[in-house]
Amino acid sequence: MSTIRCDIVSAEAEIFHGDAVMVVATGELGELGITPRHAPLITRLKPGHIDVVLEGGERQQFYVSGGILEVQPQAVTVLADTAARAADLDEAAAKRAKQEAEEALANRSGTVDVVEAQAKLAQALAQLQALERMRKNLKH
Amino acid sequence: MASGREIKTKIKSTQNMRKVTRALEMVSASKIRKAQDLMKASRPYARSMRKVIAHVAQASTEFTHPFLVERENVSRVCYVVVTTDRGLCGGLNSNLFRRLLPAIREYQQQGVQIDVVAIGQKAVQFFRRLNGVNLIGSTTHLGERPKVEQLIGVIKVVLDAYTEGKFDRVFLAYNDFVNTMTQKPSVDALLPLPSVAAELEAQHVAGVALEQSHDWDYIYEPDAATVLEHVLSRYIESVVYQAVLENLASEHAARMVAMKSASDNASKVIAELTLSYNKARQAAITQEISEIVGGAAAV
Repeated sequence: MSTIRCDIVSAEAEIFHGDAVMVVATGELGELGITPRHAPLITRLKPGHIDVVLEGGERQQFYVSGGILEVQPQAVTVLADTAARAADLDEAAAKRAKQEAEEALANRSGTVDVVEAQAKLAQALAQLQALERMRKNLKH
Repeated sequence: MASGREIKTKIKSTQNMRKVTRALEMVSASKIRKAQDLMKASRPYARSMRKVIAHVAQASTEFTHPFLVERENVSRVCYVVVTTDRGLCGGLNSNLFRRLLPAIREYQQQGVQIDVVAIGQKAVQFFRRLNGVNLIGSTTHLGERPKVEQLIGVIKVVLDAYTEGKFDRVFLAYNDFVNTMTQKPSVDALLPLPSVAAELEAQHVAGVALEQSHDWDYIYEPDAATVLEHVLSRYIESVVYQAVLENLASEHAARMVAMKSASDNASKVIAELTLSYNKARQAAITQEISEIVGGAAAV
């Protein structure tokens, strides 16, 4: 039986890599069953399962919260999103990024630096204490 | 010569300093491995993404996305600058700024406006003080395991502004992790996408060559514009994410090296101080003896 190369990756990890007889995914316009020698296709994915049918009939299921599906005659690539994505969520994130910049501009004074330096110092000291405790435990 | 007690206090405080730098060095040494693992884990995505983009570039599409078009007149440029949140990492951030500033000044001389999107506290601190540069978006404190979600906001700010025609070019500046001893400050073009296909052909990325050579195009669901928009934004996200991870690994490497040399210097200072302490002590004893001998002789 002919197979198609299947790669499922997300930005933070490789999820699946191997040969498949068929790949079933939920595209934006509906379910897609991809078998070898499929015409080139590219679509967005809806949150849902991706079923990979391996040689011998074994099935593997993956959940994706969205992403991109690219089909070439010999290969299927799924670029999975790591988080739930929606236009309004993205919009909110963009607003937050702008706000952060504005806040940074608003307090030009050095106070932030001092607070930050203190926080850094406290952290270094805590780490130091932890290390010393570890060293003591090792000696005993 | 300083008295014995004064030197002793100095030795104590230098020893305390050395403890702190040693601790920071060890902390970074352990974090650097995690950062490198993260970098490795995100590579398959970047590779697949580049492959898809190369395919898209080769397909004879009837639609050209604005991200792919080079604009003739450049009147506004945006820099996405990735730095660390904290200091104590040697010249890492200042090297990057030093690399950036001449380019920024040159653009400004040509009357080009400069916008900056800052990722990391150090970039925020630097650019809010720099004249003639607008800080339009920032995100800080990404932590030890940066997530793509944390970058969505700033990237959207850039992409939206680019689509609206607010900028004509976008650059990405970050520290490229070469190895533990070397980090290379890099400034890469982000938008418009440099002719990806040509670049990939030059690099001979495996698997890019297609089986078909004749004209072909994708079946787009729902349509070319929507899908390309989506794919290209995700591509930009993955490029920026990769840069953030590279920068994180660079940060820990640079901090480790900086803290190691700080510890070494502290040790040297302690050795010198101990020597002068011993000398002072010996001098005091000698003086006391000669006083006693002198006193005895007088009796």
